[in-house]
Amino acid sequence: MTFEEIRNILQNKTVGIAGAGGLGSNCAVALARVGTGTLIIADFDVVSEGNLNRQYYFYDQIGKPKADALKENIKRINPAVNVLVHKICLTKENIPVLFRNCDIIVEAFDRADQKEMLIETVLTVFPEKPLIIGLGMAGWGKNDAIHCRKEDNMFICGDEVSEIGPDLPPIAPRVGIVANMQANIVLEILLK
Amino acid sequence: MKIILNNNPETFEGNSITVNHLLQLKNFTFKMLIIKINGTLVQKADYETTAIHDGDEVSVLHLISGG
Repeated sequence: MTFEEIRNILQNKTVGIAGAGGLGSNCAVALARVGTGTLIIADFDVVSEGNLNRQYYFYDQIGKPKADALKENIKRINPAVNVLVHKICLTKENIPVLFRNCDIIVEAFDRADQKEMLIETVLTVFPEKPLIIGLGMAGWGKNDAIHCRKEDNMFICGDEVSEIGPDLPPIAPRVGIVANMQANIVLEILLK
Repeated sequence: MKIILNNNPETFEGNSITVNHLLQLKNFTFKMLIIKINGTLVQKADYETTAIHDGDEVSVLHLISGG
């Protein structure tokens, strides 16, 4: 498939990204570069200096809402991408509304309880929609431990064991790998 | 009874066990879990009442923070 053929398919697709942090921002940028038609991005947080060690933001965006900053960055990379932002906290009530038209949903939350809420909601309301989860990406090295596995319509990317902590922070290389793995699975599904 | 748990065969006494009982037996102490039986999600509220039977495929996903 040529890149033009790829782009022609992707421009009609919609991907929802729950969270615009380490996973979400990097995944969104990868999907924007290849020409995904519409990205629906939800995050209520603002860019802080500590985020810059892994999240796709810039020093001059500190203080800006992440969803807005990410949209700006995407538009500078590929203005053709349609970016819908929601600066709100996702809940089991609004997820079915906001992600109704998504072909695929990418889980890019930080906290385990948020991941649980999102996965339960999607499996209950949209069990047929592919859901790409990020699980276990803290620290550095250990490339071999990072994998992707499929469970019905759920795809789990990460090493599934490295939880973030004070002595095991999430940092750009490993977070970027998992985020790009998520984007890669999105392509695999959409280009089938 | 024999089941597949996270792709591994497991054997338990009796004809059925509840999801909660399975978590206790296997020492799954993580709080954030996604549990599916034969591909269908089990809601948290139903862990005490949902039974697992011989031949079921059960997946227990432990959620950890980071992303």
